[in-house]
Amino acid sequence: MFDLTGKNALITGASGGIGAEIARVLHAAGATVGLSGTRTEPLEALAADLEARAHVLPCNLGDPAAVDALPKQAAEAMGSVDILVNNAGITRDNLFMRMSDDEWQSVLDVNLTATFKLCKGVMRGMMKARWGRIVNISSIVGATGNPGQANYAASKAGMIGMSKSLAYEVASRGITVNAVAPGFIQTAMTDKLTDDQKSGIMGQIPAGRMGTPAEIASAVLYLAAPESGYVTGATLHVNGGMAMI
Amino acid sequence: MSDIADRVKKIVVEHLGVEEDKVTENASFIDDLGADSLDTVELVMAFEEEFGIEIPDDAAETIQTFGDAVKFIKEAS
Repeated sequence: MFDLTGKNALITGASGGIGAEIARVLHAAGATVGLSGTRTEPLEALAADLEARAHVLPCNLGDPAAVDALPKQAAEAMGSVDILVNNAGITRDNLFMRMSDDEWQSVLDVNLTATFKLCKGVMRGMMKARWGRIVNISSIVGATGNPGQANYAASKAGMIGMSKSLAYEVASRGITVNAVAPGFIQTAMTDKLTDDQKSGIMGQIPAGRMGTPAEIASAVLYLAAPESGYVTGATLHVNGGMAMI
Repeated sequence: MSDIADRVKKIVVEHLGVEEDKVTENASFIDDLGADSLDTVELVMAFEEEFGIEIPDDAAETIQTFGDAVKFIKEAS
């Protein structure tokens, strides 16, 4: 089940905990992977680890020209982009009343605008192929909100609305557009939380634990696979029951 | 019929699955040939590839009929 042999997948934020795991899982299912991220070193290490079928495509998603160039670079490296996983995201948390325009804009640029541009950049190839899978990594916060994260929550909610609209437009072309909304996942980002913060969070998670990157990657694998062809415009919440929506 | 018109007609016939004689000078892609809005985007993409030209979005919006397409491509190529 879930055979991606012959499919080419572009994954942004592949240098991070969740992105790297998504790349590993899609690769293990047979896909060729394009690993994008700002930090080249971890991408190279991941590519070396995967051995074959891995291409390193460094890109700073805060740089509009670099974002415009990425789909083309990926298609040249792999032959096509059949699967796009918009996983890259940044946070610049601050109380709403203190949030600067720059904190707002930079998060929207990377999380939402780059996602829009990358979707657009791969769409021509997918429309011609009459097959495509886009998986946008949103967040539980996009649905629930979170104090200190007005910018991040807006960007993640925006991804969901954008995914649904695009899903409508291209469904007849065999292209699905879905979102995965992780809850609290064990990564370098959440390792930095204090024990107090962690126990506070745990109290809100019915599953009583944080999720793993592998549990996000499995959701992405499903939505990237031919088997999920009738699922589009959906948001798959992977959050241990923290928000049942 | 010019060579360009023939090539445009072939793309339209193939893409929209219509009879060749329906593709007349004033035939509107959407009103007469059953295209939806995404079909018109795809037609423009196909024209760009066939003729090696760039059709900007604002120009693409003006291409409503078969005749519009032939005229634009003749001028652009």
